[in-house]
Amino acid sequence: MVGVTTVPSPAIAEERSHEADHPSSQVAHFGADQPLSLDCGIDLSPFQIAYQTYGELNAERSNAVLICHALTGDQHVANVHPVTGKPGWWETLVGPGRPLDPQRYFIICANVIGGCMGSTGPASLNPATGKVWGLDFPIITIPDMVRAQAMLIDRLGIETLFAVVGGSMGGMQVLQWTAAYPERVFSALAIACSTRHSAQNIAFHELGRQAVMADPDWHNGRYADHGIHPHRGLAVARMAAHITYLSDAALHRKFGRRMQDRELPTFSFDADFQVESYLRYQGSSFVERFDANSYLYLTRAMDYFDIAGDHDGVLAKAFAGVKTRFCVVSFTSDWLFPTSESRALVHALNASSARVSFAEIETDRGHDAFLLDVPEFFDISRAFLQSAGKARGLNGKGS
Amino acid sequence: MSVQEVLPLDGLAAEQEGHYRADHLLVAEMVRRGSKVLDVGCGDGDLLQLLENRGIDGRGIELSREGVNRCVAKGLAVVQGDADTDLVNYPDDAFDYVILSQTLQATRQPRVVLENLLRIGHRAIVSFPNFGYWKMRLQLLIGGHMPRTENLPATWYDTANIHFCTIKDFVQLCDEIGVKMERAEALDLYGRPLRLRLPWWVWNLFGEQGVFLLSRGGGK
Repeated sequence: MVGVTTVPSPAIAEERSHEADHPSSQVAHFGADQPLSLDCGIDLSPFQIAYQTYGELNAERSNAVLICHALTGDQHVANVHPVTGKPGWWETLVGPGRPLDPQRYFIICANVIGGCMGSTGPASLNPATGKVWGLDFPIITIPDMVRAQAMLIDRLGIETLFAVVGGSMGGMQVLQWTAAYPERVFSALAIACSTRHSAQNIAFHELGRQAVMADPDWHNGRYADHGIHPHRGLAVARMAAHITYLSDAALHRKFGRRMQDRELPTFSFDADFQVESYLRYQGSSFVERFDANSYLYLTRAMDYFDIAGDHDGVLAKAFAGVKTRFCVVSFTSDWLFPTSESRALVHALNASSARVSFAEIETDRGHDAFLLDVPEFFDISRAFLQSAGKARGLNGKGS
Repeated sequence: MSVQEVLPLDGLAAEQEGHYRADHLLVAEMVRRGSKVLDVGCGDGDLLQLLENRGIDGRGIELSREGVNRCVAKGLAVVQGDADTDLVNYPDDAFDYVILSQTLQATRQPRVVLENLLRIGHRAIVSFPNFGYWKMRLQLLIGGHMPRTENLPATWYDTANIHFCTIKDFVQLCDEIGVKMERAEALDLYGRPLRLRLPWWVWNLFGEQGVFLLSRGGGK
């Protein structure tokens, strides 16, 4: 039988595991005197946060923007990725002339705690054992990620963020920021996200985790000790997840039933269809840059997310009296974080008398639309940030 | 009161006035500066923009996705929503004013909507096309067909307006639900206020639209 995915080259695998402890980024170290209090009850210490910045902090320290990355994203928003050599994952939104222009804003993006690109996570070395953490790493949550980011923002000497921006899991962090530190967030742009992970989304995540754990190379999470990586299981997890980021219409438009480099079916399990070949490519390119255990931890963090649950089941309570200016964006064809979820959030924000804009953007590109070139989304992001900038007293440079 | 008496609005440059509809300028003039306003059915956000320019904290609800996105792209705080179903989500006394501009006739339950406006806001400003306007009456009386005007060009079968009323009808509804009319204006075809101290029947005949500033209680 033909292998589902290609095996990543040892050089790239080496590069990936090196990044986990020695990232090609700025790093904030937090020692024994500054532990991270995790929701699971454990104080994590020491730990480090890897982050990238773009632009300059102004004299008033009022132009800082925090970007929160999604599940499989990282801090390399707008620079060449150190492992894959590909452009930054949000260069459509961040860069000169873009809605988030480094000429105008001091832009920060940190790898989440539990990630694998330099912030402490299951792929990092556990100083207590001298070995990779693996499953000994404590379970982390979205509030834990935000708590760690707040410590970084403190370290950078920033009291109030002009904006916190993110999509999907990044959007969850945006909402958590406004719920946990409302006075530190002047404006919040929450895209294609939700205040809680739905049963369907938890189910998809469990599917992905089981795919990883079913790979014999996973070795109960101790694969690092064996010098291997469960790339087949992780690739399958990624393939399944990737389908949820698209839409039926987008897949049909992009691939239809077209064949891959052939006219007729081969009557085998080879990738006859273009869509199969595409998915296999998505799987194998993902495993080059992502740690399997980190994928388990981050999907788990999303599953546990439920802002209302932390506020007696009443979502509006989470945002009571919040002064932050909100912009909520959803996409019509996103069935992972559908518009109905954003609408529930907007209702809660209205009930809290928060200043909120909410736009649903028509596109057939599914959940991933927030990462793609969707002009209406950029127009809305730009206008929201400019209007917030005016209220914040940022000068008109670059607007 | 003439247009000149309504204008100019403070905080609005003279050259900007031409950009705004006369009825919007009248509504804006009814709103105290520094107050918090919800515009229900805010369309492309022209009125909200005018209010924000005057230092008013404005929010909007709009039914059409295109309208919402155009508003948000102007930097306005607007959400997609339906006056009939979504006003219930807002808490009591959340706003100083709630505006329903040219939208009442398109709601399924105008009375419930009106009651919600005055629950959410301390005051409500409601404007609507007057179906008692002489041109409307003439079209039905002489033409024998459903009226269509410059401001209401849709045919009966594709109009979104399902609950037309006259100024007289609206005043009656306000009385019925105990709403106090703090101020009433009838506007002509060009959105200019008719002169004061005319009897209701004149307004009902010559007003192309009515604009009312309402508050709670004080009805019959």
